[in-house]
Amino acid sequence: MENVTLKINGQEITVPADYTVLQAAREAGIDIPTLCYLKDVSQTGSCRMCVVEIKGARNLQAACVYPVSEGLEVFTNTPKVRRSRKVTLELLLSNHERKCLTCVRSGNCELQTLSEELGITDIPYDGERQQHEVDTLSPSIIRDNNKCVLCRRCVSACKNIQTVAVIDATERGFKTTIASPFNKSLAEVPCVNCGQCIAVCPVGALREKDATDDVWEALGNPEKTVIVQTAPAVRAALGEEFGMPIGTPVTGKMAAALRRLGFDKTFDTDTGADLTIIEEGNELLDRIQNGGKLPMITSCSPGWIKFCEHNFPDFLDNLSSCKSPHQMFGAIIKSYWAEKNGLDPKNIVTVSVMPCVAKKFECGRDEMEVAGNRDVDIVISTRELARMIKQAGIKFAELPDEKFDNPFEEASGAGVIFGATGGVMEAALRTVAEKLTGKELSSIDFHQVRGTDGIKTAEIPVGDLTVKVAIAHGLGNARKLLESIRNGEAEYHFIEIMACPGGCVTGGGQPIVPARVQMGIDLKKERAKALYTEDANAAIRKSHQNPDIIKLYDEFLGEPGGHKAHELLHTHYQARSKF
Amino acid sequence: MKQKTLPFQGTPEQEAQLKKVIAEHKGQKGATIPVLHEAQNIYGYLPIEVQEMISEGLNVPLAEIYGIVTFYAQFSLNPKGKYHIGVCLGTACYVKGSGDLLNKIKEILGIEVGECTPDGLFSLEATRCIGACGLAPVLTVNEDVYGRLVVDDIPGIIEKYRQ
Ligand code: SF4
Ligand code: SF4
Ligand code: SF4
Ligand code: FES
Repeated sequence: MENVTLKINGQEITVPADYTVLQAAREAGIDIPTLCYLKDVSQTGSCRMCVVEIKGARNLQAACVYPVSEGLEVFTNTPKVRRSRKVTLELLLSNHERKCLTCVRSGNCELQTLSEELGITDIPYDGERQQHEVDTLSPSIIRDNNKCVLCRRCVSACKNIQTVAVIDATERGFKTTIASPFNKSLAEVPCVNCGQCIAVCPVGALREKDATDDVWEALGNPEKTVIVQTAPAVRAALGEEFGMPIGTPVTGKMAAALRRLGFDKTFDTDTGADLTIIEEGNELLDRIQNGGKLPMITSCSPGWIKFCEHNFPDFLDNLSSCKSPHQMFGAIIKSYWAEKNGLDPKNIVTVSVMPCVAKKFECGRDEMEVAGNRDVDIVISTRELARMIKQAGIKFAELPDEKFDNPFEEASGAGVIFGATGGVMEAALRTVAEKLTGKELSSIDFHQVRGTDGIKTAEIPVGDLTVKVAIAHGLGNARKLLESIRNGEAEYHFIEIMACPGGCVTGGGQPIVPARVQMGIDLKKERAKALYTEDANAAIRKSHQNPDIIKLYDEFLGEPGGHKAHELLHTHYQARSKF
Repeated sequence: MKQKTLPFQGTPEQEAQLKKVIAEHKGQKGATIPVLHEAQNIYGYLPIEVQEMISEGLNVPLAEIYGIVTFYAQFSLNPKGKYHIGVCLGTACYVKGSGDLLNKIKEILGIEVGECTPDGLFSLEATRCIGACGLAPVLTVNEDVYGRLVVDDIPGIIEKYRQ
């Protein structure tokens, strides 16, 4: 890429010719406020917060869409610019339900930050305000349009990135509202509950359905044994809620915090992930060797599952019948572990801490129970866990590093990388390759399947077999991949699909990172690094060598894919309407 | 869906017509708006059933179609009733109390502006000045014009069309 030199506030800077003025300014260390812009998601130039003066141009220009050019002179801090931004913001705020004191995003709200930075102390235009009903029907997502600033970041995430497209701008002018067709609730349209709309929303207009009260209630009930498990990706991001740098793994402090919150046992969903690999690996081998339906597609991501049920019902038989790791683990806690400890599963409450809000939907699916016991009773997101830790007055950063509880203390490194795109594939390959050949792998790092490309493909030699694999993350990529298979353009044995771009580390339940911070980093990569480091340092790195899992099969489950495993660990799917 | 309206009564002929229109426009850029126009000509309005057919046929998300339909005033989500009531909210009528007339009609029929009663008999619209200011406040039922009205006239007018 060619470079150009321009001047911003008199300061010369040389940048690639395809940069916008906003990018150039950030590189020069000059901050320009933004609201509708979000890297990789939305670049519509519609909110006018980012206006700058350009020498020779009559009107102020939006820096987020204005291209740099040789000799361009930009001014980001003139009286005209400041006045314009301020009026824009004041108008926005005049139609905003300003309830920061009770807003879930207070302290991490881009609108609040702007108001502070632009020195808004009064709203001169307090006129008529649109009143909207809050949509609380979805099991995962609450939409409160009274706080919406119409930046359309959620629309772009849902439509362009996820290709689910169940929300869009409706009406016009003052009545403009983001809504689903015919003002239906998100619960009544094919929303897949991925929560990517929440992750991109700059304000408190979209949030998860908070279940922390349910958890507190269970913890306060002396009759109940309350067991918590945490997904791999949670440890890669929870620290951010307590001011730690992005990508800091906090496994030990997290375990310590959960114990202090009063959970009776603190387990690691990585164990569930190891269990999933045994079952899924066995299923894959069976399908390959016995002419079963191929490609087999992973089933850990409930957003992906619902997307498939609505949009690709012809692929339901391709889905692995395995429940997702936390559902499997929940079922094991309420059977094997309950039995071992002489507890009635009716008195056990299983709580999952997940980077995901679709898991809130998943745990309520009819299929997810055995003998009248729900596998998982409550799902909370990483954000909700952080809230509980704060409510309990626990000083997270000062906690010692502790371990998970026995008997599932030590999961494998393979289980840990489940949280990043390509991780399930890599974990499965480690096990399938050794099971198929009966020989130990010389290297267990499958670099071909790592990284953040939207669709990754590889041919992996396993014994005499060449296993063709593909990995997609983000549902738009999943759609592309499945269409290529549907059209007969591509063929694979095994596919990993994660609903969220980046996989679970950037799931819809993870800490929300402001647009400004996201501009300078690749969030997916930074958080994934934490997981790959934990894997590299793990004593056991293959699921089938996890001693707790070996014991579980010996003592209780019998054979992988056997009768008991099927009853507890496998599930089925249902076609759903496209509309 | 909160709107009250009469159930969809599309015929196979209408559906065939719509399918033909969709087939003619499929794959063209900017096909959605022309197809919506023709669909409205065929059905008289654009209920969810019609929008779903268009979404499916053109491979455009339903949310996007609904967004377009609600953006442009010429598209209607509701059918016109057998009797279409228009209440003038122009300045002259408004100061003489046409807003109260409108509220009374809403109350009697149980519908909002833009909606149609489930029996398909009445639909309601708030119009701009219809140029009958001398008669203010004014309302129209299809071609009939009623002027110098008070709220108490409303039940009688509606009853007349119920016969
Ligand atoms: S969205 Fe932001 S500005 Fe609005 S009430 Fe919440 S914290 Fe305050
Ligand atoms: S949760 Fe996902 S599918 Fe549902 S509205 Fe948000 S982005 Fe779209
Ligand atoms: S809900 Fe949030 S992301 Fe969507 S338009 Fe409103 S403010 Fe923007
Ligand atoms: S117009 Fe540039 S951030 Fe909105």
